[in-house]
Amino acid sequence: MTEKTDTGSLSGRSKVVSNKKMTFAERIYLPAIFKGFGITISHFFTKKATLQYPEATKSRSEIYRGMHVLKRDDQGRERCTACGLCALSCPAEAITMIAAERKEEELNLYREEKYASVYEINMLRCIFCGLCEEACPKEAIFLTDRIVPSDLHRSDFIYGKNVLVEPVDSRIDISHRQTPAVLAFKKDPTQTHNS
Amino acid sequence: MDGNYILYKFILASVILLISLLVAMYSTLLERKVAAFFQDRLGPNRAGIFGVFQPLADGLKLFFKEEFMPGDADKFLYILGPSLTMMIALLTSAVIPWGDSFVINGSLYSLQVADVNVGVLYVFAILSIGVYGIMIGGWASNNKYALIGAVRAASQMISYELAMSMAIIAIVMMSGTLSLKDIVEQQHGMNWNIWYQPLGFLIFIVCAFAECNRSPFDLPECETELIGGYHTEYSSMKLGFYLFAEYINMFISSAMIATLFFGGYNFPFMDSLHLSHNALTIIGSIVLFVKILFFVFFFMWVRWTLPRFRYDQLMRLGWKTLLPLAIVNILITGFVIMIKHHL
Repeated sequence: MTEKTDTGSLSGRSKVVSNKKMTFAERIYLPAIFKGFGITISHFFTKKATLQYPEATKSRSEIYRGMHVLKRDDQGRERCTACGLCALSCPAEAITMIAAERKEEELNLYREEKYASVYEINMLRCIFCGLCEEACPKEAIFLTDRIVPSDLHRSDFIYGKNVLVEPVDSRIDISHRQTPAVLAFKKDPTQTHNS
Repeated sequence: MDGNYILYKFILASVILLISLLVAMYSTLLERKVAAFFQDRLGPNRAGIFGVFQPLADGLKLFFKEEFMPGDADKFLYILGPSLTMMIALLTSAVIPWGDSFVINGSLYSLQVADVNVGVLYVFAILSIGVYGIMIGGWASNNKYALIGAVRAASQMISYELAMSMAIIAIVMMSGTLSLKDIVEQQHGMNWNIWYQPLGFLIFIVCAFAECNRSPFDLPECETELIGGYHTEYSSMKLGFYLFAEYINMFISSAMIATLFFGGYNFPFMDSLHLSHNALTIIGSIVLFVKILFFVFFFMWVRWTLPRFRYDQLMRLGWKTLLPLAIVNILITGFVIMIKHHL
């Protein structure tokens, strides 16, 4: 037998239902109906909550976790070294990659001597937790405030490097995502990537 | 009855038909807009500015939808239902005075298609056959939900017709005429019937909601219980006719309310403006339309304010409240007329 405890009203708005005899005013409905008219007409003139979507978008938080970006460094070289930590940390197992060795003539394309020749994120598997971002030792992957657009086929949701790597001429600003810890890591002289 | 006169009446009837259809068409847009505004939304606004082409888009959509007919449906009656509903909805507009009259070259052109001397009775008659369209459509669909909806519609309309007629009888007693034109004439200026018959007005408007199958009395098409009620099995333009007829009914009911209780085309201080007869007629018609549009808005306002009645509540309200009230109203009216007569 469990003791029935009185939890009271959590919201402070609960009302005890009563079956008391209705007064004349309540029985003819009309006062209540006019009160209802007042409530609805007051809503008629209030500011509307609608957002004209394609033209106006709702502002998202600076640290919104949306579509990923694979960053390039200052000289436009891909930062990713295909270490696989992001894929390892991914709880949804959405990331796959194939590593390749950098050739002599590719020095201006890839930062490290090993790079990802194929880097794919399945956007239908991804849960946008941001663990890949956290795991990355090279600051190569970041989540951005961009939205993954809708599509018609499952296969179209597997994003390759052509979508994920930022274009050289239009960089994606992720400076507001870089936490003090990331910035300190970036300046740490003991890390080879800063050399 | 010269040819000119017949031509004039023909044009007038066509214009009124077109206006009724146009108003009904844009009532659908207004309904969606009003509903949206009451719910803190904006409503359709993509098809043209403020969504002015939305009714066209909706209409086109209905035309291009698949014409579906249930296998066991009675073909003739199935098509007759929506046609009848649409026709009956449009019939009432014949006796409503849409304005006073124009005097052109010494001859009088009344803005009323037919000044029948039994106008009120004509309206009653049309209202009572209004239920046939729904009843036939619901029965012919061979669907239990449609049938229940149709039966509900029939009993609801018959119940509320009584109280509605009783409410108008008080007006007829006051004005001593059955002609709608004369009833309007007697409400010259601000001498509107609403000041003498507030109770009658209340009964009439509640019954008008029920007669139009509008919320809070939209039980015949009650989605939560009956899917779509009597038009469950209808699609394409046949469904469109049912929906469209509802809006025409709403427009005509608003016109009746404006005519019977709010002075029709009469407006305050119409004599002190010192305008010509024709100018007054034009202003009067505009005033009538403003009144009608207000009541159309009121229909929608009610729809988005009040929850639906339960079926037994509906019947109780009709038979046990409105009907006795209407009878009391007639008694009071008769009593006052008698006292006035003897003074």
